Amino acid sequence: MSDIFTLKDVGYAPGGKVILANINLTIAAGAYLTISGPSGSGKSTLLRLLATLLTPTSGMIMYQNEPQTAISKPAYRREVSYCFQQPSLFGETVQDNLEFPFTLRDEPFAKDRALAALTEVDLAESMLTKPITELSGGEKQRVALIRNLLFTPKVLLLDEITTGLDAETKNTVHELIRRKQQSGVTVIAVTHDESEIAAADTLLTIKAGRLEDSHE
Amino acid sequence: MNNLVVSPTALAFAIVLVLIAFGINLHEKIGLEKDMLIGVLRAVIQLTVVGYVLTYIIRVDRVWLTGLMVAIIIFNAAMNARKRANGIPHAFRISLLAITAATLTTIALLVVAGAVRFTPSQIVPISGMIASNAMVAVGLAYRSMNTSFHDQRQGVLERLALGASLKQASVHIVRESIRTGMAPTIDSAKTVGIVSLPGMMSGLIFAGVDPTKAIMYQIMVTFMLLAATSIASVIACYQAYPQFYNEDMQLN
Repeated sequence: MSDIFTLKDVGYAPGGKVILANINLTIAAGAYLTISGPSGSGKSTLLRLLATLLTPTSGMIMYQNEPQTAISKPAYRREVSYCFQQPSLFGETVQDNLEFPFTLRDEPFAKDRALAALTEVDLAESMLTKPITELSGGEKQRVALIRNLLFTPKVLLLDEITTGLDAETKNTVHELIRRKQQSGVTVIAVTHDESEIAAADTLLTIKAGRLEDSHE
Repeated sequence: MNNLVVSPTALAFAIVLVLIAFGINLHEKIGLEKDMLIGVLRAVIQLTVVGYVLTYIIRVDRVWLTGLMVAIIIFNAAMNARKRANGIPHAFRISLLAITAATLTTIALLVVAGAVRFTPSQIVPISGMIASNAMVAVGLAYRSMNTSFHDQRQGVLERLALGASLKQASVHIVRESIRTGMAPTIDSAKTVGIVSLPGMMSGLIFAGVDPTKAIMYQIMVTFMLLAATSIASVIACYQAYPQFYNEDMQLN
């Protein structure tokens, strides 16, 4: 399988404060990789570097054998989709959020796709017109996730997205992620969740900004 | 027309009004005595100087001198708007562009329409009115933009992460800021005549002009300020929002 990411001596030290150092890593396309480690160790930073929401202060990230910097940011970010730990929803209703990925691409809103996506994460179709202020934390997280998945990305970066979800919701989310990975999406997830770690092909551990050995 | 005379003695007595404000300030421990004193002194000095300058400019009636006066007004307005930018990079350049475009476009339309003549006695006061309203609009828009980018940071980050262009990630903030910039002008357009009798109209009536004529002028001024604040807010906001990002399309 070809490599989707190659990180060469990647470091992130804004203003001299080292958050990540000497990260060397190759990630195969279609892999399911989890990153764990103590809080403040640099896990989310690594994910944000992959998402181009931060820029490495040293080293280089290659994406599909091209320097990450050589690709236009909007095009890259549509392929390498980052989900936040505590997402915020836009506008007023769930539909406003699910319309956004279509608006970005200048495409008309495909309601049937949005409804199918809601069903896929166990949300009722009637949820589409619901005001975002009436959603529970778990519902918000699922709406945010399908906002990332309406146009299937090549890479899904998940930053502890199941933290705080109940067991059933967590299960629904895991199943969806697993299905996406099996259809070819590379999944890189920061997590402390045991079941998520168990489901992954590779586990990376980061401690104090450095990569520990990985386990297959 | 010249039945309005404020003698120096009358003005001196008007200082009592300042003393009332000063007294309230001291009694209530508001702490604005210094600012009030500076404000009063600056108003007296600036207005006296500008009075003489205007008299001279109107007397010599030269296009270049009128242009210079308009340029000074716009420059000062831009300097002042920049102070409200609270660290937005290139705020002076942006304010200058926004206020210049607003002032010149509005004046050009008024001159072409024949509503005002290109004489210093008309162009200079009207430029002042337009530039000062544009300045307030731009300042308010900056403040709204700073607050929104701060409060809605997470939402902007998420839009970027989904692959939004800078414009797509910011357009909701830009619209809100334009609305904020224009709000005072729109509110005053709605309440003109029922709440406020604006300065220009009051001044003309004071000076003995037929109120119906004064009203015609005020209607023109209202339209003019609506145009000017929209132009200034739109230009300032669209120029300012990219300053919140770095070259890697990340939030600063």
